Amino acid sequence: MPSFLDALKSQVGRKILTGVTGVGLIIFIIFHLATNLQVFGDVHAFNEAAHALESMGWLLYVLEAGLAIAFLLHAYVGISIWWNRRKARPEGYEKYQSKGGSSHMSWASRSMIFTGIVLLVFLVIHIDTFKFGATEMVTLPGGEEARDLKGLMLSTFQQPLYAFGYTAVMILLGFHLGHGFWSAFTSLTMKHNKYSALIYTVGVIFAVLMAVGFLFIPLYIYFGEGCEAALILCQ
Amino acid sequence: MADTFTVHLKIWRQDGPEQPGKLVDYTLDKVNEHMSFLEMLDVLNEEIVAEGKEEPIEFDYDCREGICGSCNLVINGRAHGPKDMTCTCQLHMRNFSDGDTIVIEPFRAKAFPVIKDLVVDRSAFDRIIEAGGYVSVKTGSAPDANSIPIDKTVADTAFDYATCIGCGACVAACPNSSASLFTGAKLAHLNRLPQGEPERKKRTVAMVEQMEEEGFGDCSNYAECEAVCPKGISISAIAEMRRNYVKATLAGTEA
Ligand code: HEM
Ligand code: FES
Repeated sequence: MPSFLDALKSQVGRKILTGVTGVGLIIFIIFHLATNLQVFGDVHAFNEAAHALESMGWLLYVLEAGLAIAFLLHAYVGISIWWNRRKARPEGYEKYQSKGGSSHMSWASRSMIFTGIVLLVFLVIHIDTFKFGATEMVTLPGGEEARDLKGLMLSTFQQPLYAFGYTAVMILLGFHLGHGFWSAFTSLTMKHNKYSALIYTVGVIFAVLMAVGFLFIPLYIYFGEGCEAALILCQ
Repeated sequence: MADTFTVHLKIWRQDGPEQPGKLVDYTLDKVNEHMSFLEMLDVLNEEIVAEGKEEPIEFDYDCREGICGSCNLVINGRAHGPKDMTCTCQLHMRNFSDGDTIVIEPFRAKAFPVIKDLVVDRSAFDRIIEAGGYVSVKTGSAPDANSIPIDKTVADTAFDYATCIGCGACVAACPNSSASLFTGAKLAHLNRLPQGEPERKKRTVAMVEQMEEEGFGDCSNYAECEAVCPKGISISAIAEMRRNYVKATLAGTEA
């Protein structure tokens, strides 16, 4: 029997890894979206939520490290699968088309590597903009000083490049999840003839909800001309 | 032969494993809708032989009744052509119309090297079977098998997976050239029966390792294999293979 590590490196192990990390990333983005939507809440809600995270101390570092590992492992395995496939068919077809029917071949499934790499590049820019971006300090109702991330968000998304760039990337995230959600179930061995179609549909709905949820914020800020029109955001 | 029609064919010609190949154009005007796809190629070959200018087109077949799995062509970009749950040999020319252009290519994968024209070497599948696709115990003759009580649904499901004829269409259609459906089907067939149970873990690990060794790619859950499978085998076999593999290795239980 192969060792634990060798088993993880096998073709089955690699799928377990993309599946587990993929599910981990899905859980992460659900929390991320829930936090983002706080900008529509009370004036201080978003900054308070962000401040609460930043005050978690060592636990935050553990979570961040876990997230970083999940992202890197996910990207590494995803890219290596794509790399292997080029080796597995050195000479391609002159003509190729899907047979349809029960196939899940779609733009979403065929573009996982593209949407994934875009997400990876986006991630670097995104962390640089928000985690390491310069902010004013605000005083929260509780009296603590906190970074005004809401202000940074408002000013960032008034720039068309950011507003539309984020929107485009979130649409690609939707496509990634459109195949990824169902695929993760199958990778993690949960594939049942009876529920397969249902899981796929739930996955597509989930993907649309995530994409729309995330891209709504930059577009709202941009078209609401930030503080003037977006009254809920600035009160 | 009243209703004959014409098709334009673009057929992959390749002299040998190391030689470069290319698509060559042919026009055949004696096509009858009742011909099978392979019979259409037979007629073309008769013309080629009669003309005497080039060698006939090599293509693979044996039973011509959809049970041996040796006919394997990619027809207009689809393994076994346009019809669901149908092998190339069971495909009839009535699925095509007058004036159609039909591109015919061999199954393509590093693990299925082209021998000549449309014939590929699929012995990689045999080696996956050799790695574990058998039971080592003596199971006796048919009456002995009938004396082992097996739940009807288990027997039926095992049979569904056993209908895999090892044609390789799953590999040909997979964007990754993965052999997961073939390997999964063989495992799902043997692993769920009492005769196969004792070697379940060992078999699963050995066959998974062998398919990787042969140079087949990873599975990305495209499910295209299920769509082209002439026997309609479900990718649930792949999930089951993963489950058994995890139980045998990552879950740390002994063989
Ligand atoms: C928020 C970020 C992300 C989420 C939520 C996510 C989610 C998922 C999920 C659920 C899957 C299905 C897993 C499976 O089939 O086992 C998947 C597959 C994949 N992901 Fe991601 N992913 C993200 C970021 C990335 C990044 C940064 C890359 C970088 C290259 C990437 C590349 C891939 C690839 C190539 C696959 C297909 C793997 C295969 O071919 O089987 N993903 N993703
Ligand atoms: S020739 Fe035997 S299956 Fe087609």
